[in-house]
Amino acid sequence: MKVVVCTKQTPSTTAVFSIKNGIVSWDDPGGKPNVVNPWDEYAIEEGIRLKENHGASDVIALAIGGEESKEALKTALAMGCTGAILVSDDAFAGSDAVGSARIWAAAINKIGDAKIVIFGKLTIDDNMGVAAMMTARKLGWTPLTFVSAIKSISADSITVERLLDDGKETVTAPLPVVISVVKEINEPRYPSFMGIRKANRAEIPVWKAADLSVNGGTGAAASKVDWSHIFAIPPRVGSVEMIEGDSIAEQVKILVDKLFEEKVI
Amino acid sequence: MNFELNDEQQAFRHVVHEFVAREVKPLARHTDETGEFNWTAVRKMGPLGLLGLEVPEAYGGAAVDPISAAIAIEELAWGCASTALAVSAHNGLALGPVVAYGTEAQKEAWLPKLATGEGRLAALSLTEPGAGSDLQGGVRTTAVKQGQEWVINGSKMWMTNASIADLMVVLVRTDPGGGSKSLSHILVPADTPGVIIAPAEKKMGLNGSPTHAVTFENVRVPLENLLGAEGRGLQQTLSTLDSGRISIGALAVGIAQAAYEAALKYAHERYTFGKPIAQHQAVQWMLADAVTEIQAARLMVYWAAARKASGARYTQEAAMAKLFATEVSERVCRNAIQVHGGYGYSREFEVERMYRDTRLMTIGEGTSEIQRLVIARAIGR
Repeated sequence: MKVVVCTKQTPSTTAVFSIKNGIVSWDDPGGKPNVVNPWDEYAIEEGIRLKENHGASDVIALAIGGEESKEALKTALAMGCTGAILVSDDAFAGSDAVGSARIWAAAINKIGDAKIVIFGKLTIDDNMGVAAMMTARKLGWTPLTFVSAIKSISADSITVERLLDDGKETVTAPLPVVISVVKEINEPRYPSFMGIRKANRAEIPVWKAADLSVNGGTGAAASKVDWSHIFAIPPRVGSVEMIEGDSIAEQVKILVDKLFEEKVI
Repeated sequence: MNFELNDEQQAFRHVVHEFVAREVKPLARHTDETGEFNWTAVRKMGPLGLLGLEVPEAYGGAAVDPISAAIAIEELAWGCASTALAVSAHNGLALGPVVAYGTEAQKEAWLPKLATGEGRLAALSLTEPGAGSDLQGGVRTTAVKQGQEWVINGSKMWMTNASIADLMVVLVRTDPGGGSKSLSHILVPADTPGVIIAPAEKKMGLNGSPTHAVTFENVRVPLENLLGAEGRGLQQTLSTLDSGRISIGALAVGIAQAAYEAALKYAHERYTFGKPIAQHQAVQWMLADAVTEIQAARLMVYWAAARKASGARYTQEAAMAKLFATEVSERVCRNAIQVHGGYGYSREFEVERMYRDTRLMTIGEGTSEIQRLVIARAIGR
């Protein structure tokens, strides 16, 4: 059984953002501005567990992005993925969610024979959380989103627990499937030193647009999303007023009057 | 000359930093206040490789280079000096000699479980009530051959990790005649009958790193538990301490870095005379000195580690790094309290703990005075 984990390199959660002239930039005081999308760590961990506990033969980490995305893939390798592939081409730059889903699907098809594809529930840079569904649609597979536990896997089906707003549900679907995972599913391991060493020596293949049979438009030209105006949210402004009065009772009365005035109560 | 860490070393630093920030630093105060050893974090260190830093991969270790090993201890100390000291003593002082002098059978018996965190930790036992810096003349714990066994009797002091260890590497006198070839190392499983561990010492700091007096009363272990050659205990100890000094230097740098970061943050938050105290020159100078001295100390520690990695002699470099880094750390922690003013003296602020913790660094594994002696001997050759 082959498992593919789809990962993305994103800014670190501690990175400090700034926007100047419509250009976003970020820096991290910890000196590591880019990391594996934190949600993807759960996806990677679950992929590795499928190898450890369910006999998966390969756990391949896949990323779309620039050369620097190899860092995210190295983290996946250091944690225990058996292989990693980077999909990188200038033609793909600026793809929107649908374009990305087409690329994911093409790359997963090229890997071939995957039974389970795992995404984190969303990426922290765009927060859309649609990649798993869209990729499943492009592949023609069943999407299982917000998975909080993999209950069982047989030769041709998988049973999972989904974490929903109003409870949990257990569903079974035929393989292959695309799943997205929530953080309740596991506790991601730290990369080991031995793993880091192995990852640093690993050659990560890079697939170009010409290597893939992408079905449909990709890149900025095909994107329906327009990033024409990027600006920082203005900081909230407010004021503090100290209520004065001769007694506590009087202060409370003034406070209550003011709250009525402001229609808070 | 290249002052940059290589890719692997940078990746190590990042992973350890992240681990410490999540698993160790948040518990540092609790560890100090309760004296509870942070087993939760230490258990997770095994799979990472932090418990077998310089142990070969064949025995489940991480086999990192000496600079990476120093980085690991530095980062741990940035989070919690108590935990860092326990891990440092486990790796450098206890597993170090097993790796360097152990037989194949000894390595196979001990390293895999100690390096992977499946068992508890390991401890090195040198100091006695009458033997600290003067091991050659002072060690009174004896090991006598009886049949196929060593019989060990005596008392040890200040054994770091004694109560959290599975294995003790014990320095004993095997030749009552004395002299530089009268001492040997013997591996003693901590649960051997006759090993009596006294309650943890009450210390000024490092309360989460248990330190004990240990008495050996007719402790019997097989003859094959001799570590290295009989009579080479002193030489093996001195060599182990060379390496341990790099680690203590790294530990001191880590504490200093944490104290400096706390002081810098506070200096930007605290206002006096209408501006943050970070804008007052008196405070700026303390912070500028701190960041400068920490960087100098760090470079000395890495330099000694690089010497070790290259296979060169590094006794003098390790002593210089330990001497300088630990004195710097004490100064930086002192000034971090100074920057905090009255709050710095309160247990509510972490610099108070750091100052108490770093005080040991100029004493343990050779006092500053002994380091100067080592350096003086090296330059007087």
